[in-house]
Amino acid sequence: MIPAAFEYARASSVEEASKLLKKFGEDAKVLAGGHSLIPLMRLRLAQPAALIDINGIKELDHIKEDGQKLRVGALTRHVTIHNSAVVKAKLPLLAEIASEVGDNQVRNMGTMGGVIAHADAAGDYPTLALMLDADIVTNQRTIPARDFFKDLFTTALGPDEVVTEVVFPVANGPHKYVKFRRRLFDWAIVGVAAQKMNGGWRIGLTNVGPTPVRANAVEEALQKGAKAEEAAQHASDGLDPAGDLRASPEYKKHLARVLTKRAINQAEGHQ
Amino acid sequence: MKHKVATTVNGRQHEHEVEPRLLLVHYLRDNLGLTGTHIGCDTSQCGACTILVDGKAVKSCTMFAVQAEGRSLVTIEGMAKGGELHPIQQAFWDEHGLQCGYCTPGFIMAAAYLLEQNPNPTEDEIRKGLEGNLCRCTGYVNIVKAVQSAAKTMSATPAKKATVTAGGN
Amino acid sequence: MAVTQLVGAKIHRREDPRLITGHGHYVDDLTRQGTAYAHFVRSPLAHARIKSIDITDASKSPGVVGVYTARDFKGLLAGTHPAAPAFVAEKKFVPERFPIAEKEVTYQGEIVAAVLAETKSQAADAANLIQVEYQDLPAVMDLEKALQKGSPKSHVDGPDNVCWDFTYTGPEITEAAFKEADVVVKERILQNRLAPVPMEPRGVSADYEGFDKKLTIWMSSQNPHFIRLFVSGAMGLKESQVRVVSPDVGGGFGSKISPYPEDYLVPTLSRIAERPVKWTETRTESIQNATHGRGQFYDCEVAAKKDGTLLGMRVVQYVDVGAYHGTFGAFQPVACLMAGGAYKWKGISARTVGVLTNRVPTDPYRGAGRPEATHLVERMVDLVALELKMDPVAIRRKNFIQPEDFPFTQNFGLVVDSGDYDKALDKALQLIGYDELRKKQAELRKQGRYMGIGFSTWIELCGFGPSAATAPATGGIALVESAQVRVTPTGSVIVYTGTHSHGQGHETTFPQIVADQLGVPYESVELRHGDTAEGTAFGYGTYGSRSLAVGGVAISKAAGKVIDKGKKLAAHMLEAAEEDVVFEHGSFHVKGSPDKSKAFGEVAFASYGMNLPEGMEQGLEAVAYFDPPNLVWPFGTHIAVVEIDAETGAPLLTKYAAVDDCGNIINPMIVDGQIHGGIVQAIAQALYEEVVYDEDSGQLKTGTLIDYSMPTANEIPTILLDKTITPSPTNDLGVKGIGEAGTIAASAAVINAICDALSPLGIKHVDMPASPDKLWKMMKEARN
Repeated sequence: MIPAAFEYARASSVEEASKLLKKFGEDAKVLAGGHSLIPLMRLRLAQPAALIDINGIKELDHIKEDGQKLRVGALTRHVTIHNSAVVKAKLPLLAEIASEVGDNQVRNMGTMGGVIAHADAAGDYPTLALMLDADIVTNQRTIPARDFFKDLFTTALGPDEVVTEVVFPVANGPHKYVKFRRRLFDWAIVGVAAQKMNGGWRIGLTNVGPTPVRANAVEEALQKGAKAEEAAQHASDGLDPAGDLRASPEYKKHLARVLTKRAINQAEGHQ
Repeated sequence: MKHKVATTVNGRQHEHEVEPRLLLVHYLRDNLGLTGTHIGCDTSQCGACTILVDGKAVKSCTMFAVQAEGRSLVTIEGMAKGGELHPIQQAFWDEHGLQCGYCTPGFIMAAAYLLEQNPNPTEDEIRKGLEGNLCRCTGYVNIVKAVQSAAKTMSATPAKKATVTAGGN
Repeated sequence: MAVTQLVGAKIHRREDPRLITGHGHYVDDLTRQGTAYAHFVRSPLAHARIKSIDITDASKSPGVVGVYTARDFKGLLAGTHPAAPAFVAEKKFVPERFPIAEKEVTYQGEIVAAVLAETKSQAADAANLIQVEYQDLPAVMDLEKALQKGSPKSHVDGPDNVCWDFTYTGPEITEAAFKEADVVVKERILQNRLAPVPMEPRGVSADYEGFDKKLTIWMSSQNPHFIRLFVSGAMGLKESQVRVVSPDVGGGFGSKISPYPEDYLVPTLSRIAERPVKWTETRTESIQNATHGRGQFYDCEVAAKKDGTLLGMRVVQYVDVGAYHGTFGAFQPVACLMAGGAYKWKGISARTVGVLTNRVPTDPYRGAGRPEATHLVERMVDLVALELKMDPVAIRRKNFIQPEDFPFTQNFGLVVDSGDYDKALDKALQLIGYDELRKKQAELRKQGRYMGIGFSTWIELCGFGPSAATAPATGGIALVESAQVRVTPTGSVIVYTGTHSHGQGHETTFPQIVADQLGVPYESVELRHGDTAEGTAFGYGTYGSRSLAVGGVAISKAAGKVIDKGKKLAAHMLEAAEEDVVFEHGSFHVKGSPDKSKAFGEVAFASYGMNLPEGMEQGLEAVAYFDPPNLVWPFGTHIAVVEIDAETGAPLLTKYAAVDDCGNIINPMIVDGQIHGGIVQAIAQALYEEVVYDEDSGQLKTGTLIDYSMPTANEIPTILLDKTITPSPTNDLGVKGIGEAGTIAASAAVINAICDALSPLGIKHVDMPASPDKLWKMMKEARN
């Protein structure tokens, strides 16, 4: 299928990208990896008037260790993230998650910033960003992840705002991402990430609501000394997931509990 | 407005003025006449359109031709050299890794990337490495065998490996 | 080359060098000079009245050659979509179908307008500008509700939603059996609707040359001659004026047998626009519009004795026909005739009900009716075994048709030609390590784990087919097959067949047969197919596992005729009596004097010369038709092993073994490939795939490969294969079909394994696809 016609402009810097976004107005879209956008355009479910191609902005493709922070450029590809020695050392959970996004071809193109800005409920990075209190840096400001994901496919980004990097805390303790799906390259039916850090647990859930979810109740229960199995019972507290072809709301809630238990246990090296 | 796109495809340079919306796969098929790269879906699942862009496997249906500006591409037509099949092609032939053949170019290109990254993959690694490609005929059994066999041949004769990404005649 | 070297040998496929190097010729790879591109506007609604179509803006869009609606085609296309009687001789209501809707759309995706433009993108752009005003009508989706009095109708002017309601044998035939019964088990068994998803979607290019009055159609088809027959008729052309070329075909699985609306519209557009026209289907269009498979449910009862003896079966099949009768849509009821499977029964009653709905039509999909029959009988037999606490192996053995029973006339009068079902079962048990598995299962059960072993002792009828059976089924044309074998003056051989490979490797296997038979080098034999302008007068296509068992035998017969003529000529050349000449290893010699001989090539050359025997015409070629005396009957045993995650319900297929028997084998590599692919396609049905429509609106919810879950290499277990060989007595080659076997067998094995795994919870039956959410819910309810 063939997308509707659009204007195309390459930006060589973030400033230029922002200027171009302003110039083309609200119907402009940023083109990074394109793996969410281009299929939508081919189905003509998205018909942007202009695409601002940021693939040439080299400074957005980076992974930097910065004290207790790990800065991942918006244009960093999944493949780069999962192969990165720095990521493996400083935030191995991110490397693990990156290796399970899409397939090889998708990972060669898809980017950190693209997944964050697209804000699909089934996106994996948003879960990690939220649960670790990451910051989303744009050309205009720094937005804490908890304020960034507003709704399904909806973020705090303004029309001429471009995600430039995501700043995660360093965390290299026990960790696990359990991504439950039918086919290996599918999006998560439900995903659960567990990371031990600063003496506590961070637990994040994917695809159980319009935005990623941090399982506060589970974290608190663990803090109080509950075993994984007991704490995981709280994973579905307050959840109201939408059902879809692959899972009913009840099943998603059940999976949230089971996978939370598994994520914690596997992070700790059990099972 | 049309944009210039200059690429190197299978070692040959090309330059065209194209509409921004032209998908890379359509550029290869319709502008360059390289019809070995196939289209099997609209949503980036099937992998029939897989090619190498600067050595990396990419689904050419999920990339615009303008994005290939300045890049070096290898398509299935660039794999056999001087009438000699690439070891992966030979292995697909030997192991009956294809039936209707439509998904095959995409599988061969995905396998080329996989073996470049991991010359001695386990069966599980092969299956995972091919997760972005769908086949309806073979049940994948002989595709996996073909990649195993190609890996053996290629590690036995390392010179063969270079041809995967050299992208030129 | 010696006779036995090629047939039975693993010969590398000839098709492959072009296909692995990117030099295949699929229909979208070909573009004529001056081509205009077609784009079709399709109904977004399942059922609606078309109030108006405004083409004003579209007509003015850049590059547009023309915009067309139903009325533009009315005078140019006649008749209605062909609907073969197949296995249902009497129909109640077959809705008229014109390739483009005028007043009413009856499924989402039905064509309402066509755009022709200079480029693909211009055609797509203009199509987006067409404004169609619809008046929504209720969509008929549920089969049972559709049959109730007062149900909305899938076609507003139709009498009701019953396409057919046909009883093969009434319940009275099973009365005695049910009276004798110690146990009766009942179940409703669903067959999920499936999208065939050949990796190459369809495509049609056409060039109507008005001054010559000649039409050439290039398309992706399993069945070029039938397309020529249908399209020429509808367009008012002679068959002789139309040439259909089907180049390399990227898979079909049944979905490229029947004619489609685009097959008529694209050639007609070429006629209107006076230039070549091309249309290539997208995947989204394909899932929405290519005929679907299965889409049925069965109500079934089985009567048995305490000792496991099967007595009687009562089965009613409900088929979701879709919005129109698929050309071969009434083939699916063959499931009724095959419902007895590999077993002996006192009586089977069977009735089929075809229900019109507002979904895309169903038609044959790999296996077509036979997977449904296998699934049905294998499930029912397991239910009986469960009821009687019998081992599933024991109940099968007890009821198998025995080797000495063949030829065996089954309950519907079909004659099963051969078989040795115990032998295949024994081999499969060994291959999978059955006894060990049962021990392991007992251990795992103690640990609260759900592991199951499932059987499918399947049989198949295929090789369509005998004229007596098939001519009435198609409405007159017997599905026999013809072949032409032509020997050139230098002794090379060109073979023409009316079958057409879409991945089966005929370019390799058919020359294997001919090279052996004529004793010529394999390299000198070429196969031609897929072009109605060449070779046989009529070809019957590739489907129903018929190509070898019918087409291959026709080829062998034609080669035999070539030898017969060669003998006459050789006798003349050797100055011997014809009956004294024998043909062996590629040469004709006089019996008892091997030195008095003429090589095949010498005879071929001589046949084009002078001094032929009196009355003999020049040349060395022959045409043969093969009208098989019976269908052929492959069989086998498949065993699946699954483990179900106790917490998530996710089924994991851990092991799979298959022992199949397709009689004599031409190329074992290709046979194994067919079985692998077939098995995986059925695993896909059992665990992953289902076409889902919204039950109220009729909107397709699985319209892309994101939602339509065709599995990748990662969801498939290691598959172990073995075989037995029981040559078919039906044809001289002793061959049976194998293209559909895997698909016919496997879904039952997988689902039986799942039911076995869950039997400790009291779960007796699971429908397809057995998805984790479904299994979890069943397990949860069973535990409560």
